[in-house]
Amino acid sequence: MAEAQAWRPLDRNALAARVARDIPEGWSVNLGIGIPTLVGNHVPPEREVIFHSENGIIGMGPGPSQENINRWLINASSQYVTLRTGASYVSHSDSFALVRGGHLDLCVLGAFQVAENGDLANWARSEDDNAPAIGGAMDLAVGAKRIWIVMEHTTRNGESRLLRRCTYPLTAPRCVKRVYTELAVLDVTPQGFGVIDMVPGMTLAELQQRTGADLSQA
Amino acid sequence: MIDKFVGSVAEAMAGIKDGSTVLVAGFAQVGEPRALIDGLIDTGARDLTVVHNTAGRGQEGVAKLIGEGRVRKIVCSFARSRGSVLFEEVYARGAIELEIVPQGTLAERLRAGGAGIPAFFTPTGAGTKLAEGKETRVINGRDCILEHAIIGDVALVEAWKADRWGNLVYRDSGRNFNPVMAAAAALTIVQTQHVTELGALSPEGIVTPGLYVDRIVHIEAEPPLKTLV
Repeated sequence: MAEAQAWRPLDRNALAARVARDIPEGWSVNLGIGIPTLVGNHVPPEREVIFHSENGIIGMGPGPSQENINRWLINASSQYVTLRTGASYVSHSDSFALVRGGHLDLCVLGAFQVAENGDLANWARSEDDNAPAIGGAMDLAVGAKRIWIVMEHTTRNGESRLLRRCTYPLTAPRCVKRVYTELAVLDVTPQGFGVIDMVPGMTLAELQQRTGADLSQA
Repeated sequence: MIDKFVGSVAEAMAGIKDGSTVLVAGFAQVGEPRALIDGLIDTGARDLTVVHNTAGRGQEGVAKLIGEGRVRKIVCSFARSRGSVLFEEVYARGAIELEIVPQGTLAERLRAGGAGIPAFFTPTGAGTKLAEGKETRVINGRDCILEHAIIGDVALVEAWKADRWGNLVYRDSGRNFNPVMAAAAALTIVQTQHVTELGALSPEGIVTPGLYVDRIVHIEAEPPLKTLV
């Protein structure tokens, strides 16, 4: 048995809240499917952050109560949403012109793997997956000013998702700026992954043990 | 007098040939011209190339068209999603060609088609599997790949309101691919929830000017039903 660990991993909501803490007022932000979507729930409404959805919503608000559902108003994950005061609609081509033209301050995406040079793999798990779902990930990855990744530090089998090089097909090369996991927050630097935060009780040595690339303390 | 309204879906779909490229608007269940897709199925047209965000969901709409073996090729950003059972089955037996396109590149290829731009360079997809076989060029220090415009023979569009000139507005997130597809086809067919008098729509508020539109049919559709993603 391993020695008793002094730390506890963040759960999904705590991880989403950790990301939300770092999003300042005034940013325009796109949130991907999964844990990234939860991030929106942890940005307090008085902090004015403009959430974008690929299907043409600028200024998206939280999900409605059951009796306030508008069946014509969904986000890119097909969930019912609301509008914030000040919101607008655009077409798909304008929505992605906004993405590809560098007008988003941040996009938060999930991932299968991130490499120490910022390579991102989040759309296919093998070279022979010929009919996967790309959606808008490739556009967001090259278009947003910053790409932050939220993902589990390791796979179910304990293999690190942070690697020297990705083994899955890339979504985009060298696009990731920062990675949030249930164990740590890491910046992608010219020298590789730099640890900027760890869960209480975690040591750099313990984190290194669970990571497939060299870490430095940023 | 310009009047683009026709009396029935069948009339709206008249003349669609086998082998046509058909642009089908909508994102998930919202803004999808379901009555026109059913009308397309009824025409019996086959060997179609369909451009749509997904390869269909459930058993209806684009999924049904694929399931009936009428689609030679699907161009989409999401091929495999929960509920795309008909596509999966047809794809597994090699009976349909698939072109996967990043969603923004799909929208921009359509926009280019409508705007007379035959092709463009974009960094989206550069350095990935999707760049294979595409011309690559370094522009402003960035790897970019060449993507070609998409022009449809037919576009199927759903509007919230239309007047007899074909001026259109959309409801909420039902706008999505509708305006860009309306502009990118030789024959643009619209189903509209409401009909308004010419002049009733605010000139500042018209999203698709009528000159992109060829035929309109008035369909009071049920509110979009939530389906699997």
